[in-house]
Amino acid sequence: MADITIHEGAAAPADHGHDDHGHDDHGGAHVTSTGLSNNKLAMWLFLGSECLLFGGLISTYMLYRGRHGGGPGPAQVFDIPLTSVSSFVLLMSSLTMVLAVNSAKRLDDRNTRLWLMATALLGALFVGGQVYEFTAFYQEGLGFTTSLFSSSFFTLTGFHGVHVTLGVVMLIALAAIIGRGRISGDKAEVVEMVGLYWHFVDVVWVVIFTLVYLIPA
Amino acid sequence: MSAVTDTTHDAEHAAEAHDGHHTPSDRHFIIIAGWLALLTALETSTYWIDLGSFATPLLLIMMTIKFFMIILVFMHLKYDSKLFSVMFYIGLGLAILVYSVFLATFQFFAR
Repeated sequence: MADITIHEGAAAPADHGHDDHGHDDHGGAHVTSTGLSNNKLAMWLFLGSECLLFGGLISTYMLYRGRHGGGPGPAQVFDIPLTSVSSFVLLMSSLTMVLAVNSAKRLDDRNTRLWLMATALLGALFVGGQVYEFTAFYQEGLGFTTSLFSSSFFTLTGFHGVHVTLGVVMLIALAAIIGRGRISGDKAEVVEMVGLYWHFVDVVWVVIFTLVYLIPA
Repeated sequence: MSAVTDTTHDAEHAAEAHDGHHTPSDRHFIIIAGWLALLTALETSTYWIDLGSFATPLLLIMMTIKFFMIILVFMHLKYDSKLFSVMFYIGLGLAILVYSVFLATFQFFAR
């Protein structure tokens, strides 16, 4: 059944060579019953499941944010100007990411790599800000086990930070792989998939920034 | 028309042809990023400007606008197949439902 590649509703190439296993000359892509990329579908399904993960962590924080006992509470430790700058940096990394995706679609490898590295740099800046924030909180007496508030806060923002760090690793690896010309299959789709992950990490921070930092307990 | 404009045009056509559906231009994304930055600045300003009981609903509205601007435009959900939207909204809807019930069970909203 699977003998030609159809990509996102585009017409199938008529005379491109392909083997009996559903691969074509461009490498990698398969025919699907939906006519859509299975990889992309799986990525969206994964992001949907991530909503449940972060939903659980945010809800737990909302429940425990007032339970700080004798330890410092949100009003004492949060540095809103610093977090606002971090939020802005992460937001702008979404712009550089989308510019990387557009460059990849235009088959412009040089700009794709440039924007991917810019995104990775902005992501690394955000993670650096988070490490600084955690260190400052610890010095103010807010450790992971200090209170229910601190445990839920560090778990939520720590999980998000790990996601951003993984994203930075993926971006750097992708830029390197593109530079060496070692991507098999649809290069633009690979960039787009990493982009989807990155934007999701950003969109989760949009929610965390408002619910955790800006709305008073 | 200058050669630069022609090149940009060609590049945009190439991008559109790549995935068979509308792909917004770089300029469009920069404008959206500008709006997102403005909304973030407005959100942050509520830390210094006391809006009383209006602050929380206003922040939630701005958060929702930013959320959908990113997923619809930056994540291309607006231009892509509806099936991708279904996959994501099922997870999002389930999360909102489950955790609203969870918080209600703990009488979070009664406080």
